[in-house]
Amino acid sequence: MVFKHDVLIVGAGIAGLRAASEIAGEADVAIMSKVYPTRSHSGAAQGGIAAALQNEEPDFWEWHMYDTVKGADYLSDQDVAEILAKDAIRAVYELEHMGVPFNRTPEGKIAQRFFGGHTKNFGKAPVKRICYAADRSGRVIMDTLYFDAVKKGIKIYPEFHVLDLVIEDGQVAGLIAYELGTGEVHFFHSRAVLIATGGYGKVFKVTSNAFASTGDGLSLAYRLGLPLEDMEFVQFHPTGIWGLGVLITEAARGEGGILLNREGERFMERYAPTIKDLAPRDMVSRAIYTEIREGRGINGEDYVYLDLTHLGETKLAERLSDISSFVKIYLGLNPATDLIPVHPTCHYMMGGIAVTRDGNVIDVNNEPVPGLYAAGECSCISLHGANRLGCNSLLDLVVFGRRAGRHILENLGRLPWVEPPTRPVQQAEDRIKRIEENRSGEKAVSIRRSLQDVMMADCSVFRREQGLKTALETVRSLEQRADNLSIDNGGKRYNTDLIDALELQNMLQLAEAIAASALNRTESRGAHWREDYPHRDDENWLKHTLVQKTDSGISISYKPVTITMFPPKPRAY
Amino acid sequence: MDVRFRIFRFDPDSDQEPYYKTYDLTAMPQERILDCLNRIKWEQDGTLGYRMSCAHGVCGSDGMRINGVCALACQRLVRDYADSGEITLEPLPFFKVLKDLIVDVDDFLARVDSMRPYLIHDGVLPEQELLQSPEDHKKVEDVIRCILCACCTGACPVMNENPDYVGPAALVAAYRYLFDTRDDQFVGRLEKLNQPNGVWPCVNHYECTRVCPKNIPITKSINFMKREIKQQIPGTGK
Repeated sequence: MVFKHDVLIVGAGIAGLRAASEIAGEADVAIMSKVYPTRSHSGAAQGGIAAALQNEEPDFWEWHMYDTVKGADYLSDQDVAEILAKDAIRAVYELEHMGVPFNRTPEGKIAQRFFGGHTKNFGKAPVKRICYAADRSGRVIMDTLYFDAVKKGIKIYPEFHVLDLVIEDGQVAGLIAYELGTGEVHFFHSRAVLIATGGYGKVFKVTSNAFASTGDGLSLAYRLGLPLEDMEFVQFHPTGIWGLGVLITEAARGEGGILLNREGERFMERYAPTIKDLAPRDMVSRAIYTEIREGRGINGEDYVYLDLTHLGETKLAERLSDISSFVKIYLGLNPATDLIPVHPTCHYMMGGIAVTRDGNVIDVNNEPVPGLYAAGECSCISLHGANRLGCNSLLDLVVFGRRAGRHILENLGRLPWVEPPTRPVQQAEDRIKRIEENRSGEKAVSIRRSLQDVMMADCSVFRREQGLKTALETVRSLEQRADNLSIDNGGKRYNTDLIDALELQNMLQLAEAIAASALNRTESRGAHWREDYPHRDDENWLKHTLVQKTDSGISISYKPVTITMFPPKPRAY
Repeated sequence: MDVRFRIFRFDPDSDQEPYYKTYDLTAMPQERILDCLNRIKWEQDGTLGYRMSCAHGVCGSDGMRINGVCALACQRLVRDYADSGEITLEPLPFFKVLKDLIVDVDDFLARVDSMRPYLIHDGVLPEQELLQSPEDHKKVEDVIRCILCACCTGACPVMNENPDYVGPAALVAAYRYLFDTRDDQFVGRLEKLNQPNGVWPCVNHYECTRVCPKNIPITKSINFMKREIKQQIPGTGK
């Protein structure tokens, strides 16, 4: 069967939904997702969305922009950070008008709270900038946008797994997708495609990410030779539940929670004397691992305590109720009386498909690909640089999701219906058949576990040349093994065994891109910390990495960072 | 500890009838039921079908019946069933089975959609936010926790007697906007709820409330809406 829509959006998280909402009514837009839209991982965002509304205290977009750039360890393109900080205010009011149930101040305005790295007066002290709905901010924003899509009658294809982009002579012709319910492979004809498939935290063993976060969208672009940008920058969130990696929002510290080592010391005072536990995530994650390595983990083990006991039952119930229930369910603990064991968990990918400020995918020569777009975590718009600030992600999704939607609309008239090749599904069907008919291959699970283990051991918070080489070699040998995958399931209906295999192939490519980019960058910046090169080196490395697949293997190149208002300075908090 | 899982299996493409298949596993007490399902699928039987994604009770994908009670597989731990001998996993009752533990949720979602779960504000929008007091915000604080997992609707005894009943999840969605002070459709929404298959088929079994993974006081919320209808629309009541 052939499906036809002017615009196809892959991924029904907040970026995809916001873009669709911009296009609906003006052109025929459809959204496809490998899960039902409300299962998308934007819904797991807890803390909130940043905007200098000044509802609680004076705040300005310039401060927000500065924090974003400094948080990014100056690898943020400042023209993009400026768009984000300025447009934040409009974007949050827009969400409120659509119905997002934000918590309120006594005057009835949107309430705001503290968060890591968000400061007043260019780093002087924390500022209340974060708009929130308890600790389920992502879920309620996503639900609001989803039902807006329902209201607008946007066509949704749930449980369709995207397999390939179809590009003819440099122009988008559509995409190929696998229908989970029937096992059929379909061609979707379109004039524009927006990739909004989210992150790929599942590359690492310990992660706050969903099982669905396997980076399928990046892999589509990467396979076609398009560059991925700044892939070495992987954010580990400081407070994942010990062992599980389930996220405990930074809002826990924004509301007053503190981190303690085995000596009961509030160790962040040593690492970030001014804003302490509210330092950016890369710094806090390194601090936790340093404490653990130096023997100050709790009972000598690989975790520290998050102490929320002084916040009181009311605050926990009104502002941190989801995380309180996670702690209760998975640890049997009560955050009002018990200390919570936490350690860093892979949370967010700063790197992604290289795009313009309008979300248009660009090739390695900075030339836009007509009709191809990306937004959200799967993209790299050069905003979050080397480390994203909390609550800038939900904001990124709505600000740049909307911009991508607008740009698509403005350009749709110039985008032709490109004729696909005969039987466009052939390649994808062959790929699936190879796995289905392979009776003597390996199952995905052991390869996936090896991948997650080596990335965790050698490519996470602390990195060294030797470890990165090990990671790269291991990933490459796993890629070869993954050429010979087989599955148990010969059925057509909901063959998630097959999906596991396809996702693994995607993740391996991205892991290789991460490790290769990390090996090349011989400096420490933001979330990329090289123990063998422990300083930031602006002279040689104030530049974005572009990694690309070529016929002769991986090729890495660089492009400059845009600096406007804030020249790089040493980064201390 | 050693655990035996008894899992409902049915592939309409190849099976005449549903059947149960048994899997043995060594599991840690703190492992999630979902972790066990994953290990069964990855290590023993790749043909097993179930939905999952976030694995911590936020996405709502893995609603199923665990030892007879609707729940999320990612929110229940092995130790919760330490005394039960074996753990039986079945699809959500009332829903049509597509494969094994995967059920058809399209009609369920359409019922939620029929409640117009979006803000309808008639006036001119201000430049800044629409004001709402913290007390008014509190009215919807419980129901915004809904993740559309369908456990409530699967557990509701009325659904089997009256399949046209809109069901508890749709009513939670209705409540969410009925009591949002920024919404201008109060009467219109009440009239919709006052239809025969709106709030009235609920007869207070409280099963939805008991199983809700997000602890939403669903039955109480439905009763609240019934009371509101009686007060606002003269001559109503069952």
